[in-house]
Amino acid sequence: MIEYGAADRVKVTLTVNNESLTGYASSRMLLSDFIRHELGLTGTHVGCEHGVCGACTIQIDGRPVRSCLMLAVQAEGREIQTVEGLSDKGTLNRLQQAFRSHHALQCGFCTSGILMSMTNLLNENPTPTDDEITDILSGHLCRCTGYVGIVKAVQSLVLENIARENGENA
Amino acid sequence: MKKIADKVYVSQALERVEDSALLAGAGVFADDIAVGARTGHAAFLRSPHAHADINSIDIKTAEALDGVHAIVVGEDLRAWSRPFIVGVKQPMEHWCLAQDRVRYIGEPVAIVVAEDRYIAEDALALIEVDYTPLKAVVDPEIAILKDAPVLHEAVGSNLISERNFSYGDPEKAFRDADRIVSMKVRYPRNACTPIECFVVNADYDAAEDNYDVLANFQGPFSLLPVMALALNIPVNKLRLRTPPDSGGSFGVKQAIFPYIVALCLASRKAGRPVKWVEDRLEHLMAATSATNRVTEIEGAVTKDGELIGLCYRQLEDCGGYLRAPEPATLYRMHGNMTGAYKVQNLAIENRVVLTNKTPTGLNRGFGGPQVYFALERLMHKIAVELKLDPLEVIKRNLVEAKDMPYRTPSGALYDSGDYRKAVLEACKKGNLEALKKRRDQVRGAGGLYGIGYTAIVEPSISNMGYISTALTALEREKAGPKDGGAAMATVSVDALGSVSVTMDSTPQGQGHRTVAAQVVADVLGLKPADIRVDVTMDTAKDNWSISAGNYSSRFAGSVAGSVHLAAIEIRDKLKRMAQTSLNIAADKVSFSDGKFSDADNPDNAIQFRRLAGQAHWSPGLLPEGDVPGLRAASSWTMPELEAPDPEDRVNSSGAHGFVFDYCGVEIDRDTGRVRLDKYVTMHDAGRLLNPALVDGQVYGGFTQALGAALFEELSYTADGTFQAGSMAEYLIPTVAETPAPVILHMSSPSPFTPLGAKGVGEGNSMSTPVCLANAVADALGRDDIELPLKQSKVRDWIGIRETPPTSGGAVATPVADKDAITGRGELTIRLPVERVWDLLLDPENLEKAIPGCRELIVEGDHSYRADVSVAVGPVRGDIVALVKLSDLDPSKFLRLGGSADGPLGSSTGSGTILLTATGANGDATILHYDYSVSLSGKIAAVGGRLLGGAMKVLIKRFFERFIRIAAPETAPAGFPLFGWLENLLRAIGIKR
Amino acid sequence: MKPAPFTYCRPDNVEQVLDLLRQHGGDSRILAGGQTLMAMLNMRLVEPKILVDISMMEALRFIRVADNYLEIGAAVIQADLLAWTDLEQYAPLMAKALPWVGHAQTRNKGTVCGSIAHSDPSSEMPLCLALLGGEIVLRSKTNRRMVKAADFQIGTLTTARQEDELIEAIRIPVPADVSKFAFQEVAIRHGDFALVAVAASHSPDGIRLGVGGVADRPEVRHWEHLPEDEIDTALNDLAHELGGYDDIHASAGYRRELVRTIGKRVILEVMA
Repeated sequence: MIEYGAADRVKVTLTVNNESLTGYASSRMLLSDFIRHELGLTGTHVGCEHGVCGACTIQIDGRPVRSCLMLAVQAEGREIQTVEGLSDKGTLNRLQQAFRSHHALQCGFCTSGILMSMTNLLNENPTPTDDEITDILSGHLCRCTGYVGIVKAVQSLVLENIARENGENA
Repeated sequence: MKKIADKVYVSQALERVEDSALLAGAGVFADDIAVGARTGHAAFLRSPHAHADINSIDIKTAEALDGVHAIVVGEDLRAWSRPFIVGVKQPMEHWCLAQDRVRYIGEPVAIVVAEDRYIAEDALALIEVDYTPLKAVVDPEIAILKDAPVLHEAVGSNLISERNFSYGDPEKAFRDADRIVSMKVRYPRNACTPIECFVVNADYDAAEDNYDVLANFQGPFSLLPVMALALNIPVNKLRLRTPPDSGGSFGVKQAIFPYIVALCLASRKAGRPVKWVEDRLEHLMAATSATNRVTEIEGAVTKDGELIGLCYRQLEDCGGYLRAPEPATLYRMHGNMTGAYKVQNLAIENRVVLTNKTPTGLNRGFGGPQVYFALERLMHKIAVELKLDPLEVIKRNLVEAKDMPYRTPSGALYDSGDYRKAVLEACKKGNLEALKKRRDQVRGAGGLYGIGYTAIVEPSISNMGYISTALTALEREKAGPKDGGAAMATVSVDALGSVSVTMDSTPQGQGHRTVAAQVVADVLGLKPADIRVDVTMDTAKDNWSISAGNYSSRFAGSVAGSVHLAAIEIRDKLKRMAQTSLNIAADKVSFSDGKFSDADNPDNAIQFRRLAGQAHWSPGLLPEGDVPGLRAASSWTMPELEAPDPEDRVNSSGAHGFVFDYCGVEIDRDTGRVRLDKYVTMHDAGRLLNPALVDGQVYGGFTQALGAALFEELSYTADGTFQAGSMAEYLIPTVAETPAPVILHMSSPSPFTPLGAKGVGEGNSMSTPVCLANAVADALGRDDIELPLKQSKVRDWIGIRETPPTSGGAVATPVADKDAITGRGELTIRLPVERVWDLLLDPENLEKAIPGCRELIVEGDHSYRADVSVAVGPVRGDIVALVKLSDLDPSKFLRLGGSADGPLGSSTGSGTILLTATGANGDATILHYDYSVSLSGKIAAVGGRLLGGAMKVLIKRFFERFIRIAAPETAPAGFPLFGWLENLLRAIGIKR
Repeated sequence: MKPAPFTYCRPDNVEQVLDLLRQHGGDSRILAGGQTLMAMLNMRLVEPKILVDISMMEALRFIRVADNYLEIGAAVIQADLLAWTDLEQYAPLMAKALPWVGHAQTRNKGTVCGSIAHSDPSSEMPLCLALLGGEIVLRSKTNRRMVKAADFQIGTLTTARQEDELIEAIRIPVPADVSKFAFQEVAIRHGDFALVAVAASHSPDGIRLGVGGVADRPEVRHWEHLPEDEIDTALNDLAHELGGYDDIHASAGYRRELVRTIGKRVILEVMA
C-alpha cells in the first residue's frame, strides 16, 4: 500500500507529452499546481479550482480531465498530454492553426483546456456533429469569444476531415 | 491603386500576432512568471459577516505554524499607509484591510504570508477574530431610510453623494406633454468574471524605500497615484509592471489596486517578496462588481411618440466603500444620458448609496447597461402605452445625420453617424419581417414569442474630467479643471531598421499588438510581421499618464491613433533624411516598397533600413534640427474632451458609436426558459481597424450581456449573506446557451480620432440585456421585467396557479422569510412532559444529544457555549455556538436563540419548542419544534442549494440522539443501529 | 483554495481499504473519481485526515451481469459505463441519464458509485438507482450488506453508510424486456445541477416515477395502474408532498410546477 503523510515530500515521475519527468509534491498538492509550478509547464491554466471552468483541462491516458480535481500523487506513472505537446517544434498543428485562422481565442487563458478537449474529440471522432461539438465545448467557459470562433475552427476541421474521408472512399 | 491596396493592412481581418504563443501554451501570464525562492505566498482572511465590529484579532497560533512568515492585520497598516482617497468630499475611510469594522462579506481582514499557498491557507484557519455582528443593509432603497444601519458613521448616513441636474427646460416639457410615461427599474449586480483571477507580486526594497510590483492590473493608471498616496510614498517609489499576457479583464482587473497596496505592505512586514494569486471563491465574493441601480425614469411624450422631456432618478449602489474611481459608473454616461435620441430637455437626480456588499468598479459597459436598461425599457413602454410600434417610436426620436456632430443637452458631442440609416439597414439585412412572421406563427400556435428593440449610443475614450461632474461647479473650481484623455505611444527604429512599438494600453486579450503592427506597417511601408509590439507596462520606464490603461474602449480611437501619429513622426523624419541623402526637394521624396526615392528618378533611392541606420551611425548626416536616433514618442489628446462647464455639461467621452439591436425570444410555457431565437446587432464604430477583432469584441460582449440578461447575478440575502460564491452558483453562459448573433456594420469614421475609429467592445453590454428584456416584455405583455431572466422567475410571470392536493392537505407555499432556512417538526417521546422538560434543560444531557458536541459550558442563566464539530455528509466544520433559552414556561414552552461561528461561516438562529402531554395516561410527550437559521460566509456562498437539506439533517440527528438518551427503552435491543433509528423515526413520524 | 493537509493512502486491495476505514472511520474519505470530493477539498468544506484512493483499484472496476442484476463496481468511471456496449440492454435508464451527469470532462474521471455516495438531492445517478429499485453493496471489515436505494439516501449528502463501510458496488435489477424508460431534466445551463430531474418507467407491474431536486433526496412513487386522466392529480399531490425548496436558482413553487409538467411528460412518454 502506498501511504504518503501530510508532511512527506513525494517524488512523482510521470510521462508528459511523451517525455518522462519527475517532480516533488506533498500529498495534497493539486495536479494543476504540480504541472505548472513543479514541472514548469505553465501552459495549463487555473481558473476556478472546482472543476467548472475547464481552463486546467489536460489529457490523462488519452482522456480530457480537470487537473485541478486530481492530486499530483495520483499522476505517478501516468501519461499526460498538455497544451505544450500540441505543436511540433514550434509549428502549430491543424487544430491550433484553425483556432488562429478563425479567431477562436482572445486572451488565450481558457484556450489550452479547450484545445485539449477538442483534440480528444477529433481523435475519437474526426467528424463530430455540431451538437457533439457543443456538448464537449460546454465543459469549458470562455469569457472573451462568445465561442463563435471556437466552433467555427472545429467545424472547419470537420469539413476537411469529411473531404478527406470522401477522398479516401472515392 | 492595386499596388497600394496590397500594402494597406489597416481594415484587414489579419490573423493575430498574439496567437502563436497562446495556442502553444507559451503565453506569459502573471502567475507564469517565476518567483525567487524567498518569495512568500499570501492568502487573505476575509470577513464572514456583512457588517460587524472587529473586537480583536488573535494571530498567535497562526503565527506559530511552521512555514508562516508573517501575518498582517489592520493595525499594521497605520504605520506605513493611510486610507485611500475618496472621489467625493466625504469623511469615509477605506483601508486595504479592515480596521475596526467589516462592511461586506469577503472584506479582507488579515493576510498570511507563508512558504506556500497551502500553508498560508492552513494558517488562515488558526486566526481568531472576535466580531460583534451588526445589522446589515443590502437594498439601496432601504439603505437611505432614516433608521437604516449606517456603514460609515463619520459620513452620517449611507447617502454619500447627491447631485441634481437640469438641462433645457424639462419642467416645461413635462407640462406640455400629451402623456407622461414612467417606470421604475432595478438593474442587478453582476460582474464580468475573467477566467484568470487577480495576481500580484510585490517586493519592498527597504534600502530605497521602494515598492516593486508586478500585477495583471489593467489601469486606469489614475489609480497609481491613488495607490502611492495610500502607501505614503511618491509615485516614483511605486514601480508597477504588467505581464505580457492577461487572461481577460473586461474592466474587472481595475479592482486589483487595493490588493496591490495590501501586498506591498505584506512584503514590507514579511521582509521578502510576496506573491498572491486570487482564487475563484475570493474573486466571486469580493473582487468587484458592476453597480446595481434603481432608476425611476419618466418620459414626456407627444401622442405620436415624440420624446420631448426625460427625467432620471438614479439610486446607485456602490457597496461597502466608495472605491476609486467610483462614483464613475454613474457619471461615465453623463453626457449621453439621452442615448440615441434628440430630446433636449433632461433632468437627472443622482444619488450614490453605500450598502453591505462588495465595492463596485469597472465592468464592461460601465454605466451603460444600467442607463440603457431604464431608457430602452421606457421607450418600449412608451410604444405600449401609446399603442405604437416600438420600432417607430425609436425611429421617430433618433438624432439625425444632418445634425452631426450633435451636442446633447448634458454636453456630449456625438461625432458622427447616420442612426436612421443604420436602423433601416439592420431591419432589412437582418430580415426583421421574417422575424415578425415567426412571432405571429408561434403566437398563432399558442406559444409565447416576443421581439425587442434597442438603439443606443456607445461612448468610448473617457474624458478624465467626467467624474468631477459628481462635484459641484464650485468644488470643481477649487480643485482645478480636469479634462482630456491622453494616449501615448512610442515607435522606435533601431540601427538595422527593425521597428519596435510600445503604448500605454494594457491589453487583456483584445489583440492590440496585432492592430498596432497593422497601423505602423501601413505608415512605414513595412509588413506587420516586421513590427514588434511590446504591451508590457513598466511605470518606471514607459510613457504613461493617468489615462493610460485598458478601459473605456479607448484603444482603437485613441491609443491606435497615437501609435499612428508616432509612426508618422518617424516617417516624416526619414523623409527629411531622404531629402538630404538623395539631395532632392522635399516634395520629390517618394516612399514605397520600403524605399525612399526621387519621384523623378527612381534609381536615386535609399532603403528604409539603410536610412534608419544613418540616424544611429551617422548623426552628422542628419538634417539640421533633427536629433540622433530614430524614436518618436507621441502623446495625443482630443481637444473636444473639455472639462465640465459651470452648467454641468460634459462631453464625457471622445467618440460615440451607434448600436441598434433587435431580437426574437420564445418562452417555454412549462419551464419558463427564455430561448433566444435570433439576435441582430448593427454597429457603427467608425473605421474598423481589424474587422475580425471587431467581430470578436461584439461576439464576446454579446455573450457576457446574454449572461447578464439570463443567468448572472451576484445575489445577496437581505441580511448581507452572499450567495453566488462558486461557478456553480454564478452562472456564465456556455456554448450551449449562446447562439451566434447576426453582426452588421456601418462605418461613419469619427472626425475626432486620428484613424476615424471608435470603441466597439462595450456596445452589446449596454444594448443586449435590455433588448432581451424588451423581447420578454413583448412576449408576456408585462412591464415589471427584472434581470436576470431566470426560468423560475419567468415561469412565475407566466403564472403558476396551484391547486390543493386531493388529500386535503395544506397547499405548500414558499416560506415567508426566503433568506432564512426554516423548518418544523414534531415527535413523540414516551416520557411525561415534566421529564422531557428536565432533559431539555439539563446541560449534561444536551451535551450528549448535540451531535459532535465536544464540550458544553453553562455561561449563565440558561445560556450555553458549545464547541461542536458539525458534520453533514463529508462536510465538517468546528464551530463555537452560543445558545440562550428564553421565555421559559416550564413543561410547556421555550424559545432558543443563538449564534455560531466557524471557519465555514457564521450563523444566527432561533427556534421554539412546545411540549404537549399525550398518551392514555399522559405518560408521553409530543414535542413540536420549529427553527429559522440564517447562514453567512463560505458555506452560504457555495452551498446555498444544499443548506436547507443539511439543516434538516442536523436537526433530525439532534432529536434522534435526544430520544435515544431520553428514552432508551424505546430502542429494541439487537437491531443494527441504523435500522433501529429508521424504524423509530418512521414510527414517530419524522421520516416519511 | 487548496486542500487542508491529509495522509494519502492508495491501498493495493479492498481488504486494505476496509482496514483503513475501520481504523479511521469518519476521519477518512474514499477518493474515487473525486469530481465532487476534490472540489470540496479545495474549498476546505471537507478536511479528512486520511484520503483513501480507490480510483486505480482494478478489483473495483467491474461492470457485470449476474443473477439478473447489473453490478457496477466502485471504481467504474461514468464515461466507461456510458461507453459500455451493453448498457442500453441492461440499464436503458442509465444510458439516458448519464449524459446529463456533469460534463464529458468530469465524466471521464467521476465514478457512478461516487455520485451515489455523495447523494446530492438533485443528482441523476441516485435518482436512477432509486427508480430502478437498485441496491448499494456496503462492505466493512466485518460485514457485507445490501441496502435498497430507497433506504440508502436519508437526506442531503447523508446516507445509511456507516463510517467503516465502503460502497463496493451498486446493483440494478435487469429490467423486463417490455419495460420502457424516460428521463428528463431541467437545469439552467447545459451540465448544471438539475433544478428538477424526473425519471419514469413502465413495466408489467406498473408505472414508476422518480423525482430529484425537489425533496432532500430522490423520491420514487409507484402506481400499479395510472389512468391518463388521473396523472395530473397524482402529480399535483406528489408535488405538494415533496414540497420543494427555494434557492437562488429556482423557487419551491417552480420546482413543484416542474414535477407536474415534466413529470407528466415522462409518464406519457413511457405510457406511449
